[in-house]
Amino acid sequence: MKIVVCVKQVASLDEEFELLEGDGGVDPDFIEWDLNEWDTFSLEAALQLHEGDGAGGGEVVAVTVGDEEAEEGLLACLARGADRAVRVWDEALEGADLLAVARVLAAAVQRESPDLVLCGVQSSDAVTGSTGTALAGYLDLAHVAVVKELSYDAASATLTVDRELESGLVEVVRIGLPALLTIQTGINEPRYATLRAIKQARDKPLATYGLEDLGLDASGLAAAAGARVVGLQTPERGAGAQLLEGSPAEMADRIVEIVQERMSG
Amino acid sequence: MSAGVLVLAEARRGELREVSLELVSAARGVAQGAGGRVVVAVIDHDPQRFAKGVAADGVDEVLTVAAPTEHFEPHVWQRALETLIETERPAIVLAGHTIDSLGFVPAVAARKGLGFTSDVTAVWWADGPRAQRGAYGDKLHAELEFPGKECTLMTVRAGIFEPAAAGSGGASARAVEVDLEGAARSEHVSFEEVAVGDVDITQAEFLLSIGRGIEDKDNIPRFERLADKFGATLSVSRPIVDAGWMTNARQVGQSGKTVKPRVYLALGISGAVQHLAGMRNADTIIAVNTDAEAPIFGVAHFGAVADLFDVADELERALD
Repeated sequence: MKIVVCVKQVASLDEEFELLEGDGGVDPDFIEWDLNEWDTFSLEAALQLHEGDGAGGGEVVAVTVGDEEAEEGLLACLARGADRAVRVWDEALEGADLLAVARVLAAAVQRESPDLVLCGVQSSDAVTGSTGTALAGYLDLAHVAVVKELSYDAASATLTVDRELESGLVEVVRIGLPALLTIQTGINEPRYATLRAIKQARDKPLATYGLEDLGLDASGLAAAAGARVVGLQTPERGAGAQLLEGSPAEMADRIVEIVQERMSG
Repeated sequence: MSAGVLVLAEARRGELREVSLELVSAARGVAQGAGGRVVVAVIDHDPQRFAKGVAADGVDEVLTVAAPTEHFEPHVWQRALETLIETERPAIVLAGHTIDSLGFVPAVAARKGLGFTSDVTAVWWADGPRAQRGAYGDKLHAELEFPGKECTLMTVRAGIFEPAAAGSGGASARAVEVDLEGAARSEHVSFEEVAVGDVDITQAEFLLSIGRGIEDKDNIPRFERLADKFGATLSVSRPIVDAGWMTNARQVGQSGKTVKPRVYLALGISGAVQHLAGMRNADTIIAVNTDAEAPIFGVAHFGAVADLFDVADELERALD
């Protein structure tokens, strides 16, 4: 089985951060980068399916849209066991919205003609929960979102998956290949890479494409974009939150007081 | 219906979901600015049963689309929504930011080249649709516009808008015929409820809730002891369940339980949207977190910016 896993190198803000003047973006000095948590689970799901595939001959390909910063995330995927990696970047993708990113992913995935595409349910920075399903729309692939368990029956080329619904409800669904799934955290236990595998990851194939390599251009991407950010603001928060000051001992005393007062009232 | 708003109602297993009526409220607000109608669409195996309920005050018309599948099926809903957009030509489509929506609404936006954003917390009209959503895990708010789009799809966060009163209007229903035979590409097998286990956290009056901040499975017993000492029931956020340290019977949040205790004491929980959805209505929320910018402080009544282990040590001392 050939599986493409779409991953993202995500930004997290330091505890203290500053906004840039003008367009209101975050000052990059205050951003840390990491492989998206959801993607560690979708990669693991792909590796397990691949390893359990008796037919052999398949592969796991990690694909990302991102600048050089994203290469680290791909190396992490290769170190964990992905066979190849593909990175797509163009300056026109700076600040691209989820539909533009999905459009680029679609072009990259199409070249691979996979049996299965796995995406994380969402990324921890943008949290749209939508890129995977949008990608399925562009590729016209059958899809299931928010999968928390899956099994594959090779004889019928069918996946049986658990969709995680709200309030502890699960729907069991069957879907044939080719398909796209968005994978929820907790579906498996993502493996760690060994030190040796981390070193060897650099020897695995990592291709870099520009937009034109995929038959795309900047104006087409602009047309695909679903939204434009007008501005970023720091939300007013904690209006009602009273901060407990002092040492941990003083905080604890206050917490005990509050709890006793509220529980007896 | 130029410049009108189409609301996509949502039902599951024969019941209308609350978010449907919240969307009506959101639609009424933005339709005033847009100067258009509010139309509610119900896609369901038997959509008529919800037509009266969704006809809240301010709704101009209800559309019903009969689905061939008994339950939600993403590709069927996808085709139905695409057809509704073609025939009704709304300027804005509002759906809930729900698991079902995540399974098909973004695909419709991609396929039809529409304006799109998800998990919206505010929507208004200013020469076109505008929306607000979180950025960087809700640490910031982003304001969005949708230039050059005739139709914009949005999924709206549940629990933000007051639900309109069910059936408070008198809008008539119109059946829209859509050929949905053969659209399904997945097959429903069953629904399964997650086991309740030995504890029902929804009944607890005092929850001591722990999250990612506890760092290690070996630290669980000390918080169990602390909860005991405090007379609290222990609950957890998603990462603790994902790691397999506790069962999801104790999980608070969108995919876990919605709780409303008198006191909710959160230790080392940053407050992802899905977690807040499950506990924001607690009477008193006390949060302890090292990150002063953690979203949990946005809903907490009392906050302590501190190391949770230091505070836990001191709580044990104070309770002795």
